[in-house]
Amino acid sequence: MAHSARTDCPELPDFFLLKRLARDQLIYLLEQLPGKKDLFIEADLMSPLDRIANVSTLKQHEVDKLYKVEYKPIVSTSDQLCFLIRPRIQTVKWIYVANADKATGRFRRYKIIFTPQKFYACDAVLEEQGIIGDVTTDEWSFYLLPLDDDIISLELPEFFRDNFLAGDQRWVRTAGSALHLLHSLYGPFSKVYGIGRCSKMAYESWREQVEEGEQKARQAEIGKVFLIDRDVDFVTPLCSQVVYEGLVDDIFKIKCACVEFGPDVTSSDKSIKVMLNSQDRVFNEIRNEHFSNVFGFLSQKARNLQTSYDKRRGMDIKQMKTFVSEELKGLKQEHRLLSLHIGACESIMKKKTKQDFQELLKTEHSLLEGFEIRESISFIEEHINRQVSMIESLRLLCLLSITENGKSSFFLCSYGVDHLLTFANLRQLGLLVEQQPGETLTVMESKVGKLVNDRTGGKLSDAFSSLAKKSNFRALSRKLNLVPKSDEEYDLRVPRDMAYIFSGAYVPLSCKLIEQVLERDGWTGLEEVTRLLNGHEFAVTGYGADSKAKNDAQRIILVMFLGGCTFSEISALRFLGREKPSMLFLLTIWLMETPRVSVTLISSIF
Amino acid sequence: MMKNKADEEDYWNSSKFKAFTFDDEDDEFSRLKESKRAVNSIRPLVDEDDDEEEVEKVSWSGEPVGSISWSVNETAASNQRTDREPAFPKINTDTTSISKSHSGYSLSALFKGETHRCILGKDNTLSGDWSPEETVQRMQQGKAVSLEKFRSLQDKLLLLDYAVSAHDGNVITAPLWDLFVFPEVLFRELTDRQTALRHFIHYLTESKDQRLLLELLRYLPLSTPGLPLLQYKEHLGIADENKRRDFLKSCLSLPFSPEDSVHVEDHYTLLERQIIIEATDGHAERGGKQEIFQKFPRKASILNMPLITTLYYCCFYHYTESEGTYSSPLNIRQTFKLSEKQFFVTALAARAKLKAWPDVDALFTSRNWLGFTRKKSPLSFQRVVDVLHKNSAPTQVLQDYVALVDDAELRITLAQKHKCHDIVINTYRDLKDRQQLLGYRAKMARGSAEERKINELLNNSVRKKILSVSLPVCLSVCLCVCLSVCLPVCLSVCLPVSLTC
Repeated sequence: MAHSARTDCPELPDFFLLKRLARDQLIYLLEQLPGKKDLFIEADLMSPLDRIANVSTLKQHEVDKLYKVEYKPIVSTSDQLCFLIRPRIQTVKWIYVANADKATGRFRRYKIIFTPQKFYACDAVLEEQGIIGDVTTDEWSFYLLPLDDDIISLELPEFFRDNFLAGDQRWVRTAGSALHLLHSLYGPFSKVYGIGRCSKMAYESWREQVEEGEQKARQAEIGKVFLIDRDVDFVTPLCSQVVYEGLVDDIFKIKCACVEFGPDVTSSDKSIKVMLNSQDRVFNEIRNEHFSNVFGFLSQKARNLQTSYDKRRGMDIKQMKTFVSEELKGLKQEHRLLSLHIGACESIMKKKTKQDFQELLKTEHSLLEGFEIRESISFIEEHINRQVSMIESLRLLCLLSITENGKSSFFLCSYGVDHLLTFANLRQLGLLVEQQPGETLTVMESKVGKLVNDRTGGKLSDAFSSLAKKSNFRALSRKLNLVPKSDEEYDLRVPRDMAYIFSGAYVPLSCKLIEQVLERDGWTGLEEVTRLLNGHEFAVTGYGADSKAKNDAQRIILVMFLGGCTFSEISALRFLGREKPSMLFLLTIWLMETPRVSVTLISSIF
Repeated sequence: MMKNKADEEDYWNSSKFKAFTFDDEDDEFSRLKESKRAVNSIRPLVDEDDDEEEVEKVSWSGEPVGSISWSVNETAASNQRTDREPAFPKINTDTTSISKSHSGYSLSALFKGETHRCILGKDNTLSGDWSPEETVQRMQQGKAVSLEKFRSLQDKLLLLDYAVSAHDGNVITAPLWDLFVFPEVLFRELTDRQTALRHFIHYLTESKDQRLLLELLRYLPLSTPGLPLLQYKEHLGIADENKRRDFLKSCLSLPFSPEDSVHVEDHYTLLERQIIIEATDGHAERGGKQEIFQKFPRKASILNMPLITTLYYCCFYHYTESEGTYSSPLNIRQTFKLSEKQFFVTALAARAKLKAWPDVDALFTSRNWLGFTRKKSPLSFQRVVDVLHKNSAPTQVLQDYVALVDDAELRITLAQKHKCHDIVINTYRDLKDRQQLLGYRAKMARGSAEERKINELLNNSVRKKILSVSLPVCLSVCLCVCLSVCLPVCLSVCLPVSLTC
């Protein structure tokens, strides 16, 4: 029924189905524990759960009280306790209530629902605590949460850290299962492209699951899939975002497509929570715009609004009545949205002027261009010496090291030697790298490199230990033409390529790769690029690659960022989809709760 | 520095992007403010209270809940097997070949504990005799398996290797606990299996099993990358500063990389010093004898603070101490080999915070042997102004440093930002920019000293201009007059002469 083939492609697939499936399964699991029960929810599952079901749905299924899972004695008086958690060892350990009850001679029923799946390690913890028989466990395969018309998220903040830092592959199967779910609902896919170790493993896991299961013949709603590991491109998430949605995220932290605007934005004494998606008409028009265009747009809107309100002057009673019944409500909503976004803009401006944003951007652009490196290094050095925002310093340092080379000792002086550990982690991830001149660089490049090195008087030479991975950003940037020529005027109002999301200074590597591969229908001609990216690329053909499948669905491409992506990248891909309607209509997925990769990356590392 | 700034200017002026600036005075921003005013002004005619909800819940909701059984059946159906072969090929995920590793340990000795386990999955049936490969597959699917069958070390390791090659972290950890019983063996085998090792370390870290983790580390070869750092990490858990210091001291002998070992040594030295300073200053503060601690009570202890923060602290409370004491800023600079810039920025900020302007001034003063003084700074004066401003320096102080910014345009921007009117006016005067002066006058308060000054300048310049215009005119007039007078005379004198010749 709901699977019925859609003929109105390339309209985006209806992701509401994902929510419905998740909700129905949750209800089913709750009913497995009949009677009144208290539900304990893991803190970071609350927002996703809110998007799936509301309290009244839960109440309908005999959930009495809702609690947050915490490390403290449970006060509930209910005889049935149900826990809804991520498969985290720490959280499982917090559920020691069964043992506490045993000590007091109390009898209750306990059920733990793991989402999206249970790990053997969790069983081990339960066994260690001696409660494996007292507690029943279940899995809620809630893999994907639709956040917007074109964004689905796995909401797994730990994916990045576990996979890329700890080298733990526990989420590979999860990624494969998520892909499998999409494949069985919106597939079959005709082609899968990918790059990165984790992408390859996720593809394999998905393929195995397809083999295990049944494939119904049905018209595809998603044609192609592109899998990309976050560590293929670390440069992009390290750059400051200047697209409106990215900036809102930077300042106010978008969580689950929801943001909380404080009193400084609402110009009242309370904060308000707002959903940021395509249904917010004002936001939808400015989200992908460069920040400099946003003011103009908002002023225009404000003027239009004024005119619309002014219309009511000189109306007779009848006209007024139609105005009130037809237009006023819409106008009022627009008015509210407009004043919110204007408030947000003001707040962003205030924060950004305070922190020398202009100079920060200039430094980033210089680094990307490989230009005025000495000045950039001295800017970063002073930034560090003055103990200005540690995260910013670390971000700049990483960017410097990936694009050029870096120096860490200043950082340790300003923020503490403890950060030796941070550095070790960053190196492990490949966010702090040591360039090895001569090995991968062309003659010309190493000459330039020498010039740079000589100029800075050995400052660059004593950088990091040899543990580091290599980064070939400079060579990649030239090969893929990531930095547009600087002598041309770049009109941000009429963007001509994806570089507009970084003020025309840089085309995001990740998005450029996706564009190139889709245009070439594979990796042919990109051999040098994949070599510089340490390989692990693939392009495989599946069902319906034959002529009859040439329908609109083939234009819908699912991009899966394993490890998260930034709002800037989403904007860039949306731009690409608009520019090339003949072949692209992009759909972005990210696998991380927060796409503020640079910030989360860094702060979660200590 | 001069050249840099020229370059910077150049960069921005020649830049390909439109010069959009995140600057208060920007036109765009004032436009935004206007829009805000406009929007706010319409506010009163909108009734607010009824649709508060709308913004909060632009909701996704819609269709009613489908039947639960339908949905569950749907999912169940998708799990059924079919015969159809998928077209997607298997790709090589750089799987290392499974080696049947052999161990020299006697098996009976190994499994005396007789700990066996079975892993129960969704269906609790335990029939079937599966190969390690099938077992791993079943585990991946969450089906029931028994690990009891895999009793020999080789079998267990084989199972582990298959799990590793399946790239499923969840399954990799499962056989590891079975090998738990004999840490020595497990650890030794793991050193050859990096993927499994990393999973195990991660598991131990997550379950906070410090004892086993440390034990594991003991078995790993010292050359394992990151090992000394893992040990060093321990210090974070030690609250008592003296114990922490002693622990750091014991870390000094660990085989760090040369660069890291310098940092760890610095860490130890710094903490040792912080303990001494903390004891002395805490005593002095409680004693109430030193004025500085009364006037500016310490907000937090200096223990475990970064080096630059410590330097700041010492510049704040112990600025004038001689180089011999532990808390002297100069001593700290010497001991930790801080760069001139690091020292300068920190001292500048600390002294500015105290409003010790003579000290601030002295930082810049460099005397040559002739006794001449001039202001020098390792930092651009633009940055100096910024630091001073952030420490709320008054305009009188700021303007001394704004005046030292070389680049005229930058100087004007800074001066405007910090309201150093004199500098703005003087710079425009020097640039002979009448228009800007007129514009600036409009911004000044009526009858203020600044306005008078601008008026004076404008009048002066007008007079000068008249002079400068009139002078050449006079000259040329003179010349003309001279010529016209002289020429006929000359001619009249010369002609007859030539004629006579």
